[in-house]
Amino acid sequence: MDLFEYQGKQYFARYNIPVSAGGVALTVEQAVEQAELAKYPVVIKAQVQVGGRGKAGGIKLANNVDEVRTHAKNILGMDIKGHIVKRIWVEHASDIAEEYYASFTLDRSAKRHLLMLSAQGGVEIEHVAVVDPTAIVKLHINPVEGLSLETARRAVVDARISEKAQDGVAAMLVKLYECFTKGDCDLAEINPLILKPNGEVHALDAKVTLDDNAAFRHPEWDEYRATEELDEREKLAREKNLQYIGLDGTVGIIANGAGLAMSTLDVVNQVGGKAANFLDIGGGANAELMTSALEVINSDAKVKSIFINIFGGITRGDEVAKGIVEAMKRVKLRAPIVIRLDGTNATEGREILANAGIPESQLISRSTMLEAARNAVEIAGKK
Amino acid sequence: MAIFVNEKTKVLVQGLTGGQGRFHGLRNRDYGTQVVAGVTPGKAGQDVDGIPIFDTVESAVAATGATASFISVPPKASPAAILEAARAGIGFIVCITEGVPAQDEARVFATLQRDFPKTRLLGPNCPGIISPGKCNIGITAGEIAALPTASGPNVGIVSRSGTLTYQALYELKQRNIGVSTCVGIGGDPVPGTSFVDCLAEFQSDPETHAIIMIGEIGGTAEEEAAEFIMAHVTKPMSAYIAGVTAPAGKKMGHAGAIVSGGKGTAQGKMDALRDAGVKVGLNPTEACELMAQIVASL
Repeated sequence: MDLFEYQGKQYFARYNIPVSAGGVALTVEQAVEQAELAKYPVVIKAQVQVGGRGKAGGIKLANNVDEVRTHAKNILGMDIKGHIVKRIWVEHASDIAEEYYASFTLDRSAKRHLLMLSAQGGVEIEHVAVVDPTAIVKLHINPVEGLSLETARRAVVDARISEKAQDGVAAMLVKLYECFTKGDCDLAEINPLILKPNGEVHALDAKVTLDDNAAFRHPEWDEYRATEELDEREKLAREKNLQYIGLDGTVGIIANGAGLAMSTLDVVNQVGGKAANFLDIGGGANAELMTSALEVINSDAKVKSIFINIFGGITRGDEVAKGIVEAMKRVKLRAPIVIRLDGTNATEGREILANAGIPESQLISRSTMLEAARNAVEIAGKK
Repeated sequence: MAIFVNEKTKVLVQGLTGGQGRFHGLRNRDYGTQVVAGVTPGKAGQDVDGIPIFDTVESAVAATGATASFISVPPKASPAAILEAARAGIGFIVCITEGVPAQDEARVFATLQRDFPKTRLLGPNCPGIISPGKCNIGITAGEIAALPTASGPNVGIVSRSGTLTYQALYELKQRNIGVSTCVGIGGDPVPGTSFVDCLAEFQSDPETHAIIMIGEIGGTAEEEAAEFIMAHVTKPMSAYIAGVTAPAGKKMGHAGAIVSGGKGTAQGKMDALRDAGVKVGLNPTEACELMAQIVASL
């Protein structure tokens, strides 16, 4: 789960990482209140999970209440690369002497934590990586050993961080590492990490991605969950506990297993169609689950055909077939189903479908993935 | 021959008394796997369909001589279960549990590397491993796997995805192509066993004559495999990478399946594998078709 900047800052604050005083606002009036609390001058920042906010006019300085009103009014509702601004963050403006970059991630190929640190912050790190790769210090950390202050200090010196900021940045790195590990982040990034004229170091931005698998030990994540921006289809799918991602094609997809679901998208694409979604119903494709899955697909007005791609391993073909027959009694579908059923008990499953009395205009059975994909794409293209 | 597990492998199941553990553990035994013990703290002395239960892995190993462990416990309990098995001297651990936090996986992997370098972990979040006709540990339906033939040629399978593993097994069986071993390494960010580990084993296994590899978007494991293939694998290979059409920034089910920052794309992986001489199919059927051509030419 990706956090908004303000949530990231709140999360950092839990691990004693210094951030600016500020608050979130959903309306112009709330923005004014937050500005009074944070003390002028303030910075008003659009809360969207996409880069390039500044360039789009989503970050503004305000010296007084009139400027807060003007900027808040302009930024709220702004469309930044397809993301509509619903929240703004109002914080006390910081004096900046220098800007750095720091992040922790998991390096999957090394199977170690990775610190990236640079004295060139405030710009995209990908850009720095291209223009001046030597400006980024990369340090692998053994997850069992962790990051000591000494090691952090060495990285700070290697990154040529100004001497007056070295102690502060090293201490900050240790705290950020703790946030990354104990806080179960996939990514904890500060860009820019600033040095103020008074010598303090401070996180001016926060980019945090949380590992959903660790939600069970973080009750504090519930509030972040509440602000996640999902489309209506994704909301419905979450309620039904389905792995669903909305896309913009016309062929609705239901498959068992993430790999097969991805593969189904690929095959639909190869035969000239576009998938409306990714939906993995997992192992137990019973009537309940199949009904839920079909309800979610059915809520998508763009869907012109539904491709159900099931490979029975532990999942049994006859159970899947019963599930579909039952689900079709419960849900009135907007589009016909093309099903490919293979693997364990597929023959029995196909028989159940054939004998269920469902007309061919509503349910077509095909024996391979490719044939079924072609058929589903053909139907989607007709209407 | 086969890799990692064979008819001599003695398996204990951590979590055999749970619903999943019981279901799959008994299925594995029915397949012919030597399932010799179950481990559930506090349930020593009981049995599951005749399989004795022990409190600890250590006591189960002492009593039965188990050499491998099949872990089917919830995500919270998995890290401790893996380390308990390693401490008890288990050499091969299969953890099918889905949903283990990445930080835990990284710590467990680093601990195994430091303290138990001889222990191999497969998973977490993997379907398991099957050496057809000899041993099946995990959730693969054994009947979809074709038996290897004495004269060959037999194919080894290594895959990051569960259902696509079954798809490959099934397609090979329909084409009457024998399988030496099929390894599902799982889709998580820190898998205990990598493509490279499996490719190295297949390369030195005399019973494996060709290899199918099934990858997916996210990470760099396929690119690393391609480098390894270029340098060390002489056996012919075909491959498939799932997720050509996956949009960037969206996790496709598996914790590891995500294209981010322009990295981990299917195209990049396919190009790397082609450069290493692997025949790449655009869907699972095509990859198995290519394997059938390879096998016919051997």
